[in-house]
Amino acid sequence: MLVLDKINSGYGRAQILRDLSLTVKSGEILCLLGRNGAGKTTTMQTIMGLLPLMSGQITLDGQDVGRLPPHLVPRAGIGYVPQGRRLFAGLSVAQNLEIGLRTRNHGPETLDEVLELFPRLRERFRQRAETLSGGEQQMLATARALCLKPKALLLDEPTEGLQPSMIEAIRQVIVQMRSQGVAVLLVEQRVDAVISVADRVAFIENGQGGEVIDAETLRRDHSIVERYIGV
Amino acid sequence: MELGPYLILASLEGAVTAAVLALTAVGLSLVFGVMRVVNIAHGEFFMLGAVIAWFIAHSLGGHPAVGFAVALVAAPLIVGAIAVAADMTILKRVDYDPERTIVATIGLLYIIQQLALMTYGPDARPVEAPFNTRIALPWFERGEGGWQMIWPWGLGTTTYKLAVIGAAVAVLLGVWLLMKRTRIGLVMRATQADRDMALAFGIPVERVYAMVFGMGAALAALAAVLIVPIQQAHYLMGADPLLLSFIVVIIGGLGSLPGTVLAAVLIGLSDGIISVFFSPTLAKILATLLVGLVLVFRPEGLAGKRGA
Repeated sequence: MLVLDKINSGYGRAQILRDLSLTVKSGEILCLLGRNGAGKTTTMQTIMGLLPLMSGQITLDGQDVGRLPPHLVPRAGIGYVPQGRRLFAGLSVAQNLEIGLRTRNHGPETLDEVLELFPRLRERFRQRAETLSGGEQQMLATARALCLKPKALLLDEPTEGLQPSMIEAIRQVIVQMRSQGVAVLLVEQRVDAVISVADRVAFIENGQGGEVIDAETLRRDHSIVERYIGV
Repeated sequence: MELGPYLILASLEGAVTAAVLALTAVGLSLVFGVMRVVNIAHGEFFMLGAVIAWFIAHSLGGHPAVGFAVALVAAPLIVGAIAVAADMTILKRVDYDPERTIVATIGLLYIIQQLALMTYGPDARPVEAPFNTRIALPWFERGEGGWQMIWPWGLGTTTYKLAVIGAAVAVLLGVWLLMKRTRIGLVMRATQADRDMALAFGIPVERVYAMVFGMGAALAALAAVLIVPIQQAHYLMGADPLLLSFIVVIIGGLGSLPGTVLAAVLIGLSDGIISVFFSPTLAKILATLLVGLVLVFRPEGLAGKRGA
């Protein structure tokens, strides 16, 4: 379970997040919805320790991870699939995954499990990461995070710019992670995609947390979404 | 003597320059590539290597080979340790901000230089080469009985100069293997590709930075220990290697090791040849002109990636 308790964070003196609280239970997909600049990516970067936590608390299964040096946050068990994929360019698919495996010292069995989910990556194993297609790169970014066997998984717009078959493949993996008890925090622009996969939806506006609503409710009543996102 | 032997002589001198330059420039390139730090103090680490080599050789006495061998190992280690300390106490404090690190390393340049002046003094002092046998080189000339081998006066080199070239090639191969084949090289390349993602995958970036900065300085120091039996140690000797390293790194492509080595060979050889036939100043002018041309027509360098 990943818990954010009244966190404040931002870039330098520009504060973005204000007293944001969120709870992602294990085996649940929580989707963060909000307009551009609402603070979705900032939330993820703050969890990863890439932006300084000004105040508040972040815990993973009870362990305080908000005050850890950034490189120890993933070792506690948080996998991050950043916006724009951000693979290690110049490194091969195998080497990108190796970095992921080493984060928490997992061996070849974990690699096999992950490649089982993304067979395409096995075919591209020795290829440089930047030579993959967009969809394959997204698969690699996701696989790299799964190599941590994470307790919590952060995905920032994982289906951005992908063709439908790829979106479906990524979605399948996310659902599978949920069934394995991973706490999944998902940021997604396309509301339909969110509602079909999420268990709960948390709205964020101007860096502050809004309502948290069961996805089921949203599936029946779209008007709430429109109030926050303003389609 | 005709042109040919001169050309061979100039190329040999150029090859020594190229070897030492390649080591120094690879150090600079590594630091820039991984840390995005433009290290203005790089030449001073070079100078420190030479000066420390002199101190070691001078205080040990005995056969020159003993002092030199100790210096070859100890000087890069000492300079590397100083660089690690500088990284942790200065560069880390300014958050590796590009502009502030330039100013900080300029400061470091003067501190190191003045400390060297205060302790080592203003004199240029040689370190004796461990071995230095002259090798005369043959040349072919068409005489009465067809082609024959002659030994022109002045055409030759020394075993030590050949050893410098060999040592540089071996060290560069070592660096290349380290980057491509080892765990630590993988971590360094991942940090170079994306610092934040390296952190997000458990890589202790600060420790990697300290190590890379130390390694870059150690390479410069090693180059200086190799050259000091030929050139002498002096507290102002860091300026030329710094300028030439920047020229090489820009021509080769910032952060690209093969490009850096290629450019070092190009600049070193042309520097040697132009210096012999014309003047060293012209060699520097042409090298600087080449930098200008590269920046205008191929800003990413010969081997660099566009947009990187």
